[in-house]
Amino acid sequence: MHEAPPGLLLQGDFHHAGQPLFRDIHLGIEAGRWTCLVGPSGVGKSTLLRLIAGLDTGGEFSGSVAAGDEKPIAARVAYMAQTDLLAPWLDVYENVVLGARLRGETPDRARAERLIARVGLVPHRHKRPASLSGGMRQRAALARMLMEDRPIALLDEPFAALDARTRSEMQELAHETLEGRTVVLVTHDPAEAVRLADRIIIVSAAGLSHYDGLEGHPLRAADAPETLAMQSDLLRRLRGLPQ
Amino acid sequence: MKGRFIDGLLSACAALALWQAVVWLTGVPSFILPGPADVLTALINNRALIAENAGTTIIEVLIGLVLGAAIGGATALHLMISPMARRLLLPLMVFSQAIPIFALAPILTLWLGYGIASKIAVTVLMIFFPVVSTFYDGLRRTDPGLLDLARTMGATPTSTLLRLRLPAALPAFGSGLRLAAVYAPIGAVVGEWVGASKGLGYLMLLANGRAKVDLMFAALFVLAAFTVLLHAVTSVAARRMASWSKETDESGSA
Repeated sequence: MHEAPPGLLLQGDFHHAGQPLFRDIHLGIEAGRWTCLVGPSGVGKSTLLRLIAGLDTGGEFSGSVAAGDEKPIAARVAYMAQTDLLAPWLDVYENVVLGARLRGETPDRARAERLIARVGLVPHRHKRPASLSGGMRQRAALARMLMEDRPIALLDEPFAALDARTRSEMQELAHETLEGRTVVLVTHDPAEAVRLADRIIIVSAAGLSHYDGLEGHPLRAADAPETLAMQSDLLRRLRGLPQ
Repeated sequence: MKGRFIDGLLSACAALALWQAVVWLTGVPSFILPGPADVLTALINNRALIAENAGTTIIEVLIGLVLGAAIGGATALHLMISPMARRLLLPLMVFSQAIPIFALAPILTLWLGYGIASKIAVTVLMIFFPVVSTFYDGLRRTDPGLLDLARTMGATPTSTLLRLRLPAALPAFGSGLRLAAVYAPIGAVVGEWVGASKGLGYLMLLANGRAKVDLMFAALFVLAAFTVLLHAVTSVAARRMASWSKETDESGSA
């Protein structure tokens, strides 16, 4: 990474099909940390992420998304979604260097090979996505994201479709490789949020609220009693139960 | 693939047996409905004549198919990049489909003459719409997630079209080509019926006029066999073109 990761601030109102989805929200993202947006499906977590990424949301946003250093954001984000979004006609290597190809640049071959090795896909570098497992595909998607080398990483439930073991391996790999970047992770899984977050923000129909029960630093051991306690505490908060 | 070939062979044998049975049971004279054996005899006796005319038709079909696919492909790409083209061309294309090709063929013959040019033009018109509509549809249906990703990567519109939309649409383009392979011979024969001095369509018309029904059937059989072969070759090519796609495994679906 060539530059320091910026903090982010999103504020304003968002309407979808005439209905307000968010009113006067204020979402601050700390620089160089993992911020997890947790909440039920359909509450608008992904919309917040897409607003930061500058992608189409199908609604109307009146407000602003700004970086702490006041420079434009769009060219500094990398995006990863629940589906791997690998081009099915390209092999792993070509998918990893897709960004450079799409910008008409010559890809840095050595770097791509290094990142493929980093995510453990060397034996599969010539395979197309159809012959890879779900976990391997998300590894390839992660390598592609790292290849982009952007200071802001936006992750939209990227591990939700994986089995429990692969998911926890991917969480570790992502934590390790995205170190030092400003990461926004959207998830509906309290266990994932508690494991990875420096800061958790609960998104609900009522708006955003900061979860204050988080202790220690990521990556938290998934099976430690403190982690499990935080996880059940967060789940109670999500369900609106008294603590 | 092999199983399908055997199925095809079996159904062809059944059809031939039924045909022969109808001829025997009804006792129709052979100048009304010749049996398979009569047609085979006519095919062998007139092989030079049929081969010469088939050659002309095959050339018309192949040139028409290549031209139609190229023009159709370029049109679909143009529709994709230009909103103006979409506004102007799309209604025109639907309107053009409302005009029967049979009605246009005489005009094309008037303009382009009795040679192969008018037949190629009819063939191109015949396959233009299926090629454009399937390919354009494929270009538009690119995974929106992949397009979002391209946006965050700072992709240029041209590279998004050529590196994402185009390859993603190749299976659809392949379907269009498979349809075109079946329509193209119809286009060439329609062109020949309107006015020609060569070709299987011309030969069929001539044989019919002289009550040589067995020769007409022989020419028809060659045309059908060529169409089936063309469809098979196009299917293989379409599958090669988009080998990554699961959809193209089903070569039976046109």
